[in-house]
Amino acid sequence: MTIGVGGWGARRKPMALIRAIARSSLRDLTVVSYGGPDVGMLCAAGVVRKLVFGFVSLDVIPLEAHFRKARESGAISVMELDEGMLQWGLRAAGYRLPFLPIRAGLACDIERLNPSLKTVRSPYADGETLLAMPALRLDAALLHVDHCDERGNSQVLGPDPYFDDLYAAAAAKTYVSCERILPTEALLERGCVHSLLLDRGSVDGVVEAPFGAHPTSCSPRYGIDAEHLKTYSAAAKSDEAWADYRARFIDVTDAAYVAAAGGESRIESIPHTIF
Amino acid sequence: MTDKSTTLADLCIAAAAEAWRGDGEILASGIGVVPRLAASLAWQTHSPDLMMTDSESVLVSEPVPIGPRGDYRLKVEGWMPFRRVFDILWAGRRHAMTMPTQIDRLGYINISLVGDPARPKVQLLGARGIPGNTINHTCSFFVPSHTPKSFVDRVDMASGVGYDDARWADGVRRDFMELRLVVSNLAVMDFNGPGKTMRIVSTHPGVSVDQVQAQTAFELAVAPDVRETPAPTPEQLAILAALDPHGQRATAVG
Repeated sequence: MTIGVGGWGARRKPMALIRAIARSSLRDLTVVSYGGPDVGMLCAAGVVRKLVFGFVSLDVIPLEAHFRKARESGAISVMELDEGMLQWGLRAAGYRLPFLPIRAGLACDIERLNPSLKTVRSPYADGETLLAMPALRLDAALLHVDHCDERGNSQVLGPDPYFDDLYAAAAAKTYVSCERILPTEALLERGCVHSLLLDRGSVDGVVEAPFGAHPTSCSPRYGIDAEHLKTYSAAAKSDEAWADYRARFIDVTDAAYVAAAGGESRIESIPHTIF
Repeated sequence: MTDKSTTLADLCIAAAAEAWRGDGEILASGIGVVPRLAASLAWQTHSPDLMMTDSESVLVSEPVPIGPRGDYRLKVEGWMPFRRVFDILWAGRRHAMTMPTQIDRLGYINISLVGDPARPKVQLLGARGIPGNTINHTCSFFVPSHTPKSFVDRVDMASGVGYDDARWADGVRRDFMELRLVVSNLAVMDFNGPGKTMRIVSTHPGVSVDQVQAQTAFELAVAPDVRETPAPTPEQLAILAALDPHGQRATAVG
């Protein structure tokens, strides 16, 4: 099964859904992501077979310890892409195209290390050679937003939609967790019409998961929890450390997670990282 | 703020700012403390048409100081979420300076990993936007520690494009790319050596051409008019002090 995870690095990742996958019987996943702790946590849980990525970073901590461990031990296979190629693959899937042409990835080791990537020649007078970025079709997209209504209309209040709408378009099924489910008419009381990122036709399921992006940010409500990410990173040091992290923060209910992470008022007061 | 490390950082930043000279109304992206201060300095001095972001999602009307901002408020002039950065860079309206882990003689850089890509000794970030950046618009680089481990004979993974003719297949457009400047803690280099190879343009005060060569795993060309990297002016130093009020640049070099 191939899943795509919205957000970017340590920003607006659907971590409550990721923790649920780590608890589930799902195995051998192909994960497509602008990666942060979503990737590291699924690697540490041993459920990733292949990663399709442009980067994995915790932003406030540049390198992702669990992802490093998985790569350096040879536990996962990868398709390393340029960030823009990943976007192009999602778009191609969303538009039901076999590929979209792009220059990124040519003439460097992205092409060499991914022999499945092919080039195409422009049929027009220019005859340019371009990389044919194949569609990245997803079985499921997992996203986290500020608000949804019960039918799936979804609102993002932060300043960057990242590529969440493209993940939704590329996926057979899209599941959205949100800080709060609101009546449809209340959405525009919270933000302007541009904040309504996803229409209900592209969303298959919604779930209310307050603080469901923690320890990543959900701007404007809360920032990246750098302190928690240090604890999480340190859990890569040994199997025992990971088992301890898992027992405290993954194999628990959502309510217990929020309490273990310091409680609602602490999370709401996490300042926004200054980059 | 006048210790040796700050002085060297200021010198590197002023030298790196030259990368954007004459670029006009394009997005200047400096990734890392020194590149960001360099782009900011270029904007505030010789290249007033440059555009910059807050390193997140908005365009600003003046460079944002580095670190905790106190009462400072962003002067927002536009929206620049990550997807629009791709729009800009694919259109070629950008010049980015990044900090590679490895760089080689023909300008190939590596930020992906150390060792064998199949099973790396050290997994780094991944290629990020480097493949698209380097093939679509001008790129420059800053390397804080110039050693044979960073200036390598061959990068472990070419995260972006460079000047090796053999790597360019028939019909692939090369005319959008330019690798302009490489600044390190020892020297300033460009790619105007024979066959577009790396060439020393200037060495920093107290550093000889031989010393730079000794810290480089490949043979560097040397510009016929190689000189000493100019010291920053009092005006540049005043701007940098304002842009980096917490002195983060003091630990950013060497």
